Amino acid sequence: MSDDQKDDGLISVFIDGEEVRTKPGTNIIEVAASVGKEIPHYCYHPKLSVSGNCRMCLVELGMPGKDRATGKPMLNDDGSPKIMFFPGPAIGCGTNAAPNMHIKTDSDMVKECREGVTEFLLANHPLDCPICDQAGECRLQEFSTSHGAGYSRFVEQKNVKPKRTRLGPRVMLDDERCILCSRCIRFCQEVADDDVLGFTDRGSYSTLTCFPGKQLENNYSLNTVDICPVGALTSTDFRFKMRVWFLKQVKSIDFETSVGCNTEVWSREGKIYRITPRRNDAVNDTWMPDSGRELYKLVESDDRLEICQVDQVKVSPSEALSKAVELLQASDGLAIVGSGRCSVEEQYALKKIAETTKAVGVYLVGRYGEDDGILVSKDRNPNVRGALMTGLIDSLPEESLSELGAKIDSGEVKAILSVKEDLIAAGLSKAQLQKVALISLDTQSYPSTEVAKVAIAGLTPFERSGALVNQQFRIQKFHKAVPGPSGAVDDLVALGTIQANLSGESFPSTVASIWKSLGESGPFEGLSFQSISDEGILLDGTGFDSLPFVEGKSLHFEPKQEAVAAE
Amino acid sequence: MAHPKENRILLKHADEDYFSTDIDCYLKYDGYEALKKALTMKPEDIRLQVKASGLRGRGGAGFPCGVKWHDLVDRKSGKPIYLICNADESEPGTFKDRQLIHKDPHQLIEGTIISSFANDVNLAFIYIREEMPLGAKILQKAVDEAHEKGFLGKNIQGSGYDLEIVVHRGAGAYICGEETGLIESLEGKRAYPRIKPPFFPAAKGVYQCPTVVNNVETLCNVVHIINMGGEEFAKIGRPNNTGTRIWCVSGMVQNPGYYEIEPMTMKELLYDVCGGPLPGRKLKAVVPGGGSMKILDTEETYKDRDGNEFSFDDIIVDYDGIMAAGSMSGSSGMMVMDDSIDILEALGNLLAFYAHESCGQCTPCREGSLWTKKITARMCTGGARDEDLDLLMDLAKNIGGRTVCPMGYSTTWPIESYVGKFREEMEAKVKSNSCGMTNFDERLIEK
Ligand SMILES: Cc1cc2nc3c(=O)[nH]c(=O)nc-3n(C[C@H](O)[C@H](O)[C@H](O)COP(=O)(O)O)c2cc1C
Ligand code: SF4
Ligand code: SF4
Ligand code: FES
Repeated sequence: MSDDQKDDGLISVFIDGEEVRTKPGTNIIEVAASVGKEIPHYCYHPKLSVSGNCRMCLVELGMPGKDRATGKPMLNDDGSPKIMFFPGPAIGCGTNAAPNMHIKTDSDMVKECREGVTEFLLANHPLDCPICDQAGECRLQEFSTSHGAGYSRFVEQKNVKPKRTRLGPRVMLDDERCILCSRCIRFCQEVADDDVLGFTDRGSYSTLTCFPGKQLENNYSLNTVDICPVGALTSTDFRFKMRVWFLKQVKSIDFETSVGCNTEVWSREGKIYRITPRRNDAVNDTWMPDSGRELYKLVESDDRLEICQVDQVKVSPSEALSKAVELLQASDGLAIVGSGRCSVEEQYALKKIAETTKAVGVYLVGRYGEDDGILVSKDRNPNVRGALMTGLIDSLPEESLSELGAKIDSGEVKAILSVKEDLIAAGLSKAQLQKVALISLDTQSYPSTEVAKVAIAGLTPFERSGALVNQQFRIQKFHKAVPGPSGAVDDLVALGTIQANLSGESFPSTVASIWKSLGESGPFEGLSFQSISDEGILLDGTGFDSLPFVEGKSLHFEPKQEAVAAE
Repeated sequence: MAHPKENRILLKHADEDYFSTDIDCYLKYDGYEALKKALTMKPEDIRLQVKASGLRGRGGAGFPCGVKWHDLVDRKSGKPIYLICNADESEPGTFKDRQLIHKDPHQLIEGTIISSFANDVNLAFIYIREEMPLGAKILQKAVDEAHEKGFLGKNIQGSGYDLEIVVHRGAGAYICGEETGLIESLEGKRAYPRIKPPFFPAAKGVYQCPTVVNNVETLCNVVHIINMGGEEFAKIGRPNNTGTRIWCVSGMVQNPGYYEIEPMTMKELLYDVCGGPLPGRKLKAVVPGGGSMKILDTEETYKDRDGNEFSFDDIIVDYDGIMAAGSMSGSSGMMVMDDSIDILEALGNLLAFYAHESCGQCTPCREGSLWTKKITARMCTGGARDEDLDLLMDLAKNIGGRTVCPMGYSTTWPIESYVGKFREEMEAKVKSNSCGMTNFDERLIEK
């Protein structure tokens, strides 16, 4: 194809002779990746500034030659443009595509460069991968295999550096494994806004360290572990617990706040070992808060409600459900306390239950903290917007259930169906709860569970699937990573069974089937669970513009009110 | 003091008894007259004069100063333009800027002011290496004096032009001499050289603003270009090698020292000016432009581009003359070795320096400089292996041209030239492994 920019704003570059259309300004690593060619790299990270220090990504660059005297393009014998390659290599990460640029990614020179860099990186690196926790997901290990010489010419003493340095409460450092790529430093400066890491000493003795008197303790510290290409930074929680190649990955969402960071849950044989961020350029880039990584501990927490109870006596899920239905049928004056932690599907089912039972009140418990401006938002419920869109609620939830308390006191409310909330923490007293028939669906044994007539043991987000609507009105899916306890019941099955029994009509109790009705009309029209992509789908939230949403600006979120005010 | 073959322009007064660093003394000898003249000119015209003078940078690369100022500095961005005087002089064998700073500081201040005026700069920095505390003091005093006399500050000499000069002391690292490392250091960070593109100082220098970086000697020359006019200056020296240069001759000659000369042959410089080798000795090799540059073998026959052969003695000591011999004039630090020198030790000594000074940012220089140092140190202490010379050459190939900044070459050029030119001598050492390396500094060896 010919010169210059065309109407689509793209330019042509040639990777190993093959034409690729790309946006001007895209760096060579990304251009190559867009056609499935990996240019090996360590220091480059798509979400950090380019430092160009590892030199692993060296490529050959060329441009079509022009005759100096005439200014005419130089041609080969066959009439094709003659490409003049620069005598030395250039870094792919720091070189942006220019029109008609030619890039060689596997010439002899390029291979020699990679082999050279690999040899240098290994010179002072410990060669004990079998006892390194990074093995299996180590870039150095991978690239040494694919681009290294396979033998060592280094016969000198290796440098000695600190091992097992505690950088902070969650991150450990092995300086001998550090390849000085500065990713972790740039992350702290550019993303976490907590400039605590740096190098001391010079040359090959350079050593990563924390500034004196500081710790790597910000709520994003574990992202450094994710992006460290080698085993230098490891997670205190995860290190040496499990080899990564045994782990299964399942896509999930961070339930902590309305940001909805995309995550990956790593498990083996029903046990979760770690949670890491999953890239979503519209939501969380490649990052997530440390706090969200701990949530898997809910699964095996001491207060886990593993078995259903009726009047504090352990029963099977079906017994618990039929007791619940019985109580619900018997009582008028039912209030429903749903949760901003429920999925869209569960909220929809709750909405239906509310309709069937003509509930006298539907509540959500608001949960508010501080914005950190990055990936923790003020709204600590992941799915308040889902509750709005399913019509379960029509205003933003308050933190306290005092209004419900008053209705209990007045005798208007005689039964409560509560899902995933500790009602005592939400402001009701034990005495109030003892006055009503309380049916709760929980994963943890809360103080309020103790006074429940029926306590249905439900599932944590890691044990079920569903969708959530985040602060951007982006609907995103999370998937079951591990099975729940045998005495527990899937929340949606529980709610679906209750609704079917109450209404006398069949009601779907799987995620896929519930979407048949959800997708029929309303805000989710045309969608199915299947059709929601891994990056999520942005829904139209303009109908809720009048609500005073609380979130402030964060990584990929600009609050509406502010946008309006700025105009 | 000056040798008759010298043409002292920059050092005219420096070593004279009558001269001092006081501004009054400088003024007595027509100091700041060039500045007064410059302030009547348009900045653009000064830039053109400097371009016409053919002045090339004295810091190492020999880049034409006028081209840098006139063609490269980004004047369209609307951002402030800064000027930095690079006084980090740390290249092994180089001690010329020190003379200029210590002995005639006002010449440098005047050159800096004119150059700042020419480039629309209102804030200039002199970045002086940490190991020159006296120089920093002298410069600060000169800046203060210039302020008092109205050559600095607001509305300089009633011209409406404002300028401040900040004397900034480095923190002790060779790499702070590399201009982008210097800029990082000036900004208060580790002196990690920046990647180019995109961080060319002329476009994105200090605080991401266009920045002019020039060596001390380069800026001093500007005073004389203004005094003489660019064309007149261009008549000194040879075309493309205009003006004088201050050569720092160290090592095994009778009269080591600094000499400000116009281009002359190696023979003239080393024998006539510096008095030739020490008694009973023969010159063996010369490093012409500071430790990083390729070594020249005195017995070698050199060939220029046109295929004409010439001997070491005939090498013309200037940018192009040394380039024709396959090396570079660099920072004009000329280190002379005679036949008492063990070339392997010399290499080991130099590599130890560059391994110590590698900033550690990029892989090939960081790891390669220390590795090659360890190899030569081992070779020098009886542990040489047959394959070591080839290994050194191969590692050098894997460093050169693959690094963030040109310092990678400081490791590779010495290896390639020392091993390339003195391989037989080194091989003999390896074979016997006698390595009677009496002079080798034990401290250079890794514990
Ligand atoms: C490793 C390294 C060290 C350098 N050290 C110095 C130095 O000490 N002084 C200096 O003037 N230039 C030094 N330079 C050159 C500067 O980067 C820069 O080119 C120079 O200051 C520009 O000034 P000039 O054009 O007047 O020569 C060094 C370059 C490199 C690569
Ligand atoms: S600790 Fe890891 S991320 Fe940080 S500089 Fe070292 S190798 Fe890079
Ligand atoms: S070449 Fe050496 S001195 Fe220059 S940036 Fe790389 S490590 Fe630092
Ligand atoms: S990825 Fe490290 S230099 Fe390009």
